[in-house]
This record gives sequence, C-alpha cells and structure tokens, in this order.
Amino acid sequence: MEKNFAVVFQNITKRFGQVVANNNINFGVKKGEILSLLGENGSGKTTLMNMLSGIYFPDDGKIFINGEEALIASPIDAFKYKIGMIHQHFKLVDIFTASQNVVLGLKEKYNLKSVDTRVAEIADRYGFEIDPKKKIYDMSVSEKQTVEIIKVLYRGADILILDEPTAVLTPQETQKLFAVLRKMRADGKSIIIITHKLNEVMEISDRVAILRKGEYITTVDTSATNEKELTEYMVGKKVDLKIERVATDFDRPLLEIRNLTIDKDDGSRAIDDVDFYIRGGEILGVAGIAGCGQKELCEAIAGLRPIKRGNIMHMGEDIVGLSSKEIIEKGISMSFIPEDRLGMGLAPSFSITDNMMLKTYRDNKGIFVDRESARKRAQALIEKLDIVTPSTETPVRRLSGGNVQKVLVGREVESNPNVIITAYPVRGLDINSSYLIYDILNEQKKKGTGILFIGEDLDVMLALCDKIMVLCHGKNMGIVHAAKVTKEDLGLMMTGSRDLTERTDKEYGKAKDSNLTEEEWQAAERSAEEEGENERN
Amino acid sequence: MITFITSAISIGMVFLYGCVGEILTEKAGHLNLGIPGIMCMGTAGGCLFISWYMNSVTISNTFFLWLFLVLVAILGAALFGALGGLIYSFLTVTLKSNQNITGLALTIFGAGFGQFIMDQYVNRIKFSQASVLIKSSLPFADNLGWFGEIFLSHGIFVYLAIAIAIVAAVLLKKTAVGLNLRAVGENPATADAEGINVTKYKYGAILTGSAIAGLGGVYYIMDYIGGSWENSSTIEGLGWLAIALVIFTMWKPDLSIIGSIIFGALYIASNYIIGISFAQMKLLKLLPYVITVIVLIVTSIIGKKETQPPASLGVNYFREDR
Repeated sequence: MEKNFAVVFQNITKRFGQVVANNNINFGVKKGEILSLLGENGSGKTTLMNMLSGIYFPDDGKIFINGEEALIASPIDAFKYKIGMIHQHFKLVDIFTASQNVVLGLKEKYNLKSVDTRVAEIADRYGFEIDPKKKIYDMSVSEKQTVEIIKVLYRGADILILDEPTAVLTPQETQKLFAVLRKMRADGKSIIIITHKLNEVMEISDRVAILRKGEYITTVDTSATNEKELTEYMVGKKVDLKIERVATDFDRPLLEIRNLTIDKDDGSRAIDDVDFYIRGGEILGVAGIAGCGQKELCEAIAGLRPIKRGNIMHMGEDIVGLSSKEIIEKGISMSFIPEDRLGMGLAPSFSITDNMMLKTYRDNKGIFVDRESARKRAQALIEKLDIVTPSTETPVRRLSGGNVQKVLVGREVESNPNVIITAYPVRGLDINSSYLIYDILNEQKKKGTGILFIGEDLDVMLALCDKIMVLCHGKNMGIVHAAKVTKEDLGLMMTGSRDLTERTDKEYGKAKDSNLTEEEWQAAERSAEEEGENERN
Repeated sequence: MITFITSAISIGMVFLYGCVGEILTEKAGHLNLGIPGIMCMGTAGGCLFISWYMNSVTISNTFFLWLFLVLVAILGAALFGALGGLIYSFLTVTLKSNQNITGLALTIFGAGFGQFIMDQYVNRIKFSQASVLIKSSLPFADNLGWFGEIFLSHGIFVYLAIAIAIVAAVLLKKTAVGLNLRAVGENPATADAEGINVTKYKYGAILTGSAIAGLGGVYYIMDYIGGSWENSSTIEGLGWLAIALVIFTMWKPDLSIIGSIIFGALYIASNYIIGISFAQMKLLKLLPYVITVIVLIVTSIIGKKETQPPASLGVNYFREDR
C-alpha cells in the first residue's frame, strides 16, 4: 500500500437488508489533500463515511489508515486512528459552552480554564473565530459548526470528514470555512468533504471521487475536469423507465404561488422568493437536493407552517392564514412520506379503517363515528390498490412500508381533492408498488387534478411529470418541460451551477392566464406585505 | 418565631432529601414519579434495620450506640431506596417503558410495600429511645441562644441532607462526571457519540438519587416525628412536595436547600397562626403547590435555557440504528 495515502478503501461493501448502499468501493485519500466526495442523494456517500468514522462496520472489504489495515468498530476506534467526522446534524449540548462541549466525554482532568485556552489556541492556529465561553444556544449555525470542527481537532484528528458543511452556511461563511480548510491542508491534515455544490467542489478540492447508486465511478483531479463532466459522472446516462405520461388538456391554474418565502425551524431560509403555479391536469415535479425546502413548501401549502412573505392563491382565493382544516375543505390534499415513512399522516397503531376516518369524521352526523361506511371505504381501497393486510382492522404499523404508503396516498386521493401535494410517495417502495402509485397519480391527472410531485429519482420525474421545477437552497432555478430537458441539465440546476431564471427575460412561474388580473395580484401582494409589517410591529 | 424557623428547617429536610434525589435522577433525563414510593421504601428499610439493631445489639458507650444506629439507619434506607430505583431504572432504562407510568406504579407499590414492612416486620418497642438518640444535637447548641437553636439544635440527618445537597451541586457544576451526566440528560445521542456510557450514567444517577430520597423517609419517622408511625400516606404526600420542589428550585441542588426551608415553613405555617379555621389551614398547605406553579409560569415566560428542565427529560433514549 502506498505510504502517502492517509485512507484507502479496498473493496468496501455495505448492505442494509436487501439494499446495497456501497458496492465494492476502491479509492484513497492522500495525506495533506482535500478530497471531494460527490454523488446524488442515496449514492452512498454518508454510509461510506460512517464506516470510516466507526458508526457502521463494512460487510466486506478493508480500510487502510496510513498504509496499515485498520479495524474501526466504534467512534472511539475512529478517534484512535485520528479520524474525526463533522456531521450534518450537529451533536452538541445546547446549554453547554463551546469548551464544555469540546471536553465532553474526554478522560482528561476537568479544568475548564485550560480547555478555554487550548480552544483559543486551536482557533488562532487555523483562523477560526470562537468565544470558548459562549453557550451553544446563543450561537449561529456557522459558530456551531466551528465548535464541531474544534471538537474534532482538540481530540487530535488528522483525517477530517465534513458531511455537507456548506449546506447551512451563507456564501461569506463558506469562504471563511474554506480558508480554514486550506490552512488545515497546509498543516498536513487530510480532509474529505461531502458536497453537492459543484462550484465549491471546483474551488476547494484537489481531487474528486464520485459515487453513483452505491457504486464507485472514478476519481479525477479537480484541475483536469469541469462541472459538466462531473455532472455526467454523478447522474449517469438517462434510464428509460416506461412510466406513462398521460396527455391531458391543461386547465386554468389551480394553485398559484408568488414571492413565497418560508423559514426553517432553526430560522434559516427554506424557500426563498419562489414563484410557480399548477394547472389542473398537470403534474409539476419538484427536484432538488434533500433538505432544499421541500418539506417546508409542503407544510406551508397545507397550512401547517407560517410563511414569511408571499401569496398562495387557490383558484383565485388567498389561502394564506387559513387553518389546515379549511385548506383540506378547499380540496387541497397533502401527503408527505418522511424518511421513517410512518412519521406523518397516519396513526401507526390505528387500523386502516380508523385512519380513513381521521380525515372524514367531521362529516359524521350524530355523536358517534360511522365506522361501517369507513370500513367499506377501507375495503374498497384494499381491493383497488392491492394492499396486503390481514383485515381492515389491522394496525397500520404492522403493514409493510409499501402498503402503508398505499393507504396514505389512497386515502388522500379518495377525498376527491383538486390539488394533490405529494412528497416522496414512492420512497422505499419496490418497482410494482411504485407503478401503482404512478397509476393513481395519472388517474387523478386525467380527472383534472393538479399535482405537485416532490421526488428524489430524476429518471422517474423526467418520465412522469409534465414540468419540473428545480430548487437549490430554497431558490427556484427554473421550471422546465420534462420532455425537453436532460438529466445533466437538471443536475446542473440542482447543484446551483445553472440558474435559468437569471438567463431569460421571461417571468418564471407566473401564469399568463392567471385567475387574477395583474392589479389584483398587486393588491394581494400589498395586503400580504402590510400584514407582515403589522406582525413585525 | 425561633421555634417556627427551627421546625421549618426540620420538616424542610424531608423535602430536601427527596428533592436532591429527584434532581440527580432528572439530570440523567428520567422523570421519576416513583420518588414518593421510594421514600416509603426507604422508611421501611431504615426502620427495619433500626429495629434489628435496637433489639439485638447491646453497646454501653452512648457515642458508639449513636454512631452505629445512624449508620444502620442510613444503610437500610439507602439500600431500600436504591432497590426502588433499581426497579425503576430496569424498567425505564433497560426496557424503555414509559417513565410516567412506571413512576406512578412504583409510588403505589412503594407505599404498600412500606406499609407492609412497617406493620409486619418492624418492632417499634425501642423506637422512641432510638429517636432520641438520632435527634441528639451538638452538645453546645443550648448555650448559643437563638443561633444555637436554629442552626445547631438538629440531629445529624439535617446536616447530612445539607451536605448531600452541596456535594450534588458541586458535582453537577464543577466535575467531569457532572458534565457528562448533564449531557446525558440534555442530549443522550451526543453523549453517546462522545463515548459516554449513557446506560451506566442513567443507572448511576437513578440509583444514587433513589438512595438519597430513601434517607428522607427514615429521617421523617425517626427524627421529625420521633419514631411513631401511622401509615405511608403522610410520607407519600411529602414525596410529592419534594417533586414540586425540584421545579421550584429549577433543578439546582444548592437552591433547593433554601427552597426546602421555604416549603417547610409553608407546610407548618398553619400550626403557628392562631385562630385559623380548618379550611384556611388546608388552603395554607396548598401554598407550596401554588408557588411552584407560579415559578413554572415565570421561568417559562422568561424562557432562559438554564432554568428549564433537562432537554431530554422524560424521553427514553434509543440508540439510532438502522
């Protein structure tokens, strides 16, 4: 094994049940270099890095650290090999100071003063700005990230892994971070940085390793490549999925959204000044890297999350500020499949019948709920969607993931909505179940329903959707016709390398045959702004 | 007035034992509503050991008789208290059952268990003698006027309670163990990632806390009411006040020394006000709960993170695994 490599992965394979997250990965990280690990969502980057930091253990293959084979079975082993990972979600205790977090769990004499000094020393050496005595809850996101990095350096790490460190930073903060990373490189440390943003890959890294769907593709020198080539490596060639795109006559816009701005829970921007509209009989896809504001967009439309600014018009009526119940009554249905798949929309210990009633119990007459008709509807749903369940009374949590999703999507469709917002409806489903869901959506589309489809797989979106809106860090990168666009184009837009909204004079996301006249829009915008100001005062 | 303050301190220490025990438990992220039951178990354990000791040992030297009596009482109460804590931690830490339900069940169990042991196995013939011994104060307390009476006239268990509270405060604030324990209660996933053994810390804190709470029970019987016994319900009631005191003192053991005396004063105030009706007396006894609610409202409005309960309080920790 070559001596100048800090880390070498040899034939690394990791499976989760049937899913192969990493298949036969082979590449190395040199000492004193910054290596970018590039890949789409679900390409296995984080899994691979979790094996390096001891969270997972590979099923097959070897990891070499500084030329010697290493067994990394726990995060403590990773410390021993001087490997430190800065996770996307910070692992910090809110009510502790920076120093207290740094020293947490260490078996050294507990003396906060000396920790303060050493934290300040590390900060000086690499050009961080940090107050060791500041509490975490008073810190900005970038300060928290600094604490995480110092924590790793304090433990003497020589190999640093950063999982999407710039996703939460402003451009200025990103530049500061890059300056720090360059100083660490000069200090001889090896840095692996996971990122989706191609411009940052080009700027910071010496080499780029690319993964796609769990497979290692190649490693290239950054100086010898360009963004277009990297995108091709990353997304691969287009796959023909034979999903039917039903042709329909588009109706007038059902849902029109302008200047929409939403904040995340932590106060950072989720959706930034986005315009778009959905017509009846149309599927509008939303593509974007995970966490680009998709969840917040769904919640805002469904009335579950307050918006900062903008208008959401449903058939010409403003629905901002209405309760979720009123929005459902207007015929807008939202189904969001979160990563754990049971988290939203269904009550896990309720039966299918009970879950059907969750949305309709208000229509009941009398004081008792009408289980009989709900059971009939549940039975009809089971037959129609081929849901595998012992009975209508089996708790939903005992069904398999695919069947749970069929229940959720089926129930939403059953309430006869005119707008369907659906996020990741095929998440984790096998091919057949996925096609069943596509069929349900296409059937609704034929009925004239407007559908907002938030998805992960670009191939599916290219085949299923009529138009695709691309989000990059909450900003609309442009809305394109799915039949006329390539995967590479979408990839470039998702990573922020291409912004169509800047290039044309065309007004993006504003329907010509809007339900409202320009004057009415202006009035609506004004009243929305006044309301916002009143709230601020 | 001096008697009032002295008695307020006396009864307050019952709350202090329960409160410091509960604080340690809650700092590990576990809301132990079984504390009232654990205090009953501690009572039973302490009294059981005292009963064996008083009826079998003959020591003529008063000092050694006193010393071993105190040690035996502490041992019994701590042991039985920790036993309650063991039941609680096995259920909530290892089996990850619901903390509230487990705690309430433990309180019901502990009260019954305490009653059973006290009625069946504890021989209280020599309890008044033992109580006099346990209560015995510093020899020079009588000569120092009001100062002596308020601060020096108590039995050893009063000073032990205050010492435990101070040690707990220093432990939480100034040591690595305290830092790790607080991290476990705030964010167990982070603690786990830093190589802290979360399960070990939780068991340690719950068992220690329960042992301390157990001491409160035996102190009440042997010192405060002088060795007499009716039933578990009084101690159970005091246990609930101890839990309220945790909220009142905002999870700070040092503050809880003062808090316990305030609670003690409110608890006995009705006995010292002349011409009070029965209804008014009951209303006065409600005051500790009322001021606890007020403190909750005020700290919630201020919203300062340091005065809030540990972030993961009441939430069992499941290590993330796929």
